[in-house]
Amino acid sequence: MTEIGLGHYLTLGAVIFSIGIIGIFLNRKNIIVILMSIELILLAVNINLVAFSIFLGDLAGQVFTLFILTVAAAEAAIGLAIIVVYYRNSGTIRVEEIDKLKG
Amino acid sequence: MIAHSIFFYTFSIIAVISAIMVTVSKNTVHSVFFLILDFISISCLFIMIGAEFLGMIMLIVYVGAVAVLFLFVVMMLNVAQQKNQWFASQESSGHIPVGLIISTIIFFELIIVIGGWKYKPDLFDINNSLNTFNVSNTHALGQILYTDYIHVFQLSGMILLVAMIGAIVLTFRKREGVKKQSYLKQISRERSEGVQVLEVETNKGVKIDD
Repeated sequence: MTEIGLGHYLTLGAVIFSIGIIGIFLNRKNIIVILMSIELILLAVNINLVAFSIFLGDLAGQVFTLFILTVAAAEAAIGLAIIVVYYRNSGTIRVEEIDKLKG
Repeated sequence: MIAHSIFFYTFSIIAVISAIMVTVSKNTVHSVFFLILDFISISCLFIMIGAEFLGMIMLIVYVGAVAVLFLFVVMMLNVAQQKNQWFASQESSGHIPVGLIISTIIFFELIIVIGGWKYKPDLFDINNSLNTFNVSNTHALGQILYTDYIHVFQLSGMILLVAMIGAIVLTFRKREGVKKQSYLKQISRERSEGVQVLEVETNKGVKIDD
C-alpha cells in the first residue's frame, strides 16, 4: 500500500466529478436529481482545491473553496425555487415532460 | 502512514459508492440520503487531511442547509409518491431501513474521526508550510480571508443576498381568501361608515342590513 499523496485525492475528485456528469446525462426521472449531480460536481472541485491547498502549502485554495461553497448554496436555493414554481405551474418535474421550449 | 491509507480508502470508498447511489437510486428521498452521506464522508476526509474549518463548514452548510432544503422540496412536491406515509402505514417502510443504514454509517464515521483526532499529528508528516507559525487552520484562514480576500468575501455576501431575494420573489404568491389585518384600513375607518343611528318605533323593532 503506497503512501497517500496528492494523486489519490485528485483521483477521488475525478471519480466523483465523472459520477456527477454521468448522473446528469443518465437521469430520466426528475430534475431534482440533476441538481444533486451538480452539487456532486461542485464537491469534486472542492476536493481538488483542498487537496492542492494542503499538499502545496497555500491557503488560497481553501479560501476559494469557501467561495465555491457560497455559490453552491445560492445555486441550490435558486434552482429549487425555480423547480417549485415550475411544479406549481405545470404539475410535473419529469425531465422528458419538460419541453415547453421545444429544445 | 498505514493509518492514513486506511482512513483515506475507507472514506473515499464510502464517498464514491454513495455518489453512485445518488445517481442510480430509484427513490429521490434515498438519493438525498446518499447525498448527505457523501458530504459527511468528504468532510471527514477534509478534517483528517488538516482542513478542519472547511470540513466543519461543509457539515453545516451542505448537510445542515442544502441537503435539508432538497429533502423539503422532494417531500413538498411529492415526486416520490410518498403521501404522508413515512411512519403511518405498514407497507411503506422502504425509507426506514435506508435511513437507518445511512445514519449508522455516519455515526461510525464520526466516531472514527473523533477517535482519531488525538493521533492526527502522527498521521501526517506532510511538509506543511501552513503550520510553520503554529496557528490553527481556522486562525490562518481568518487571517487571510479578512485581509487579502476581503473584496471577494463581500462579493460572496452580495451573491447570498441576491440569491435570497431571488428565491423569495420566485416562490412568493398572493393568496386569495386569506384574512389579513390591514392597519391602514383600520385607522382610516370613519364613524359614518361604521355606526348608524336609527329611530326605533315602539313594538316594531329594528331590521338591519336590508
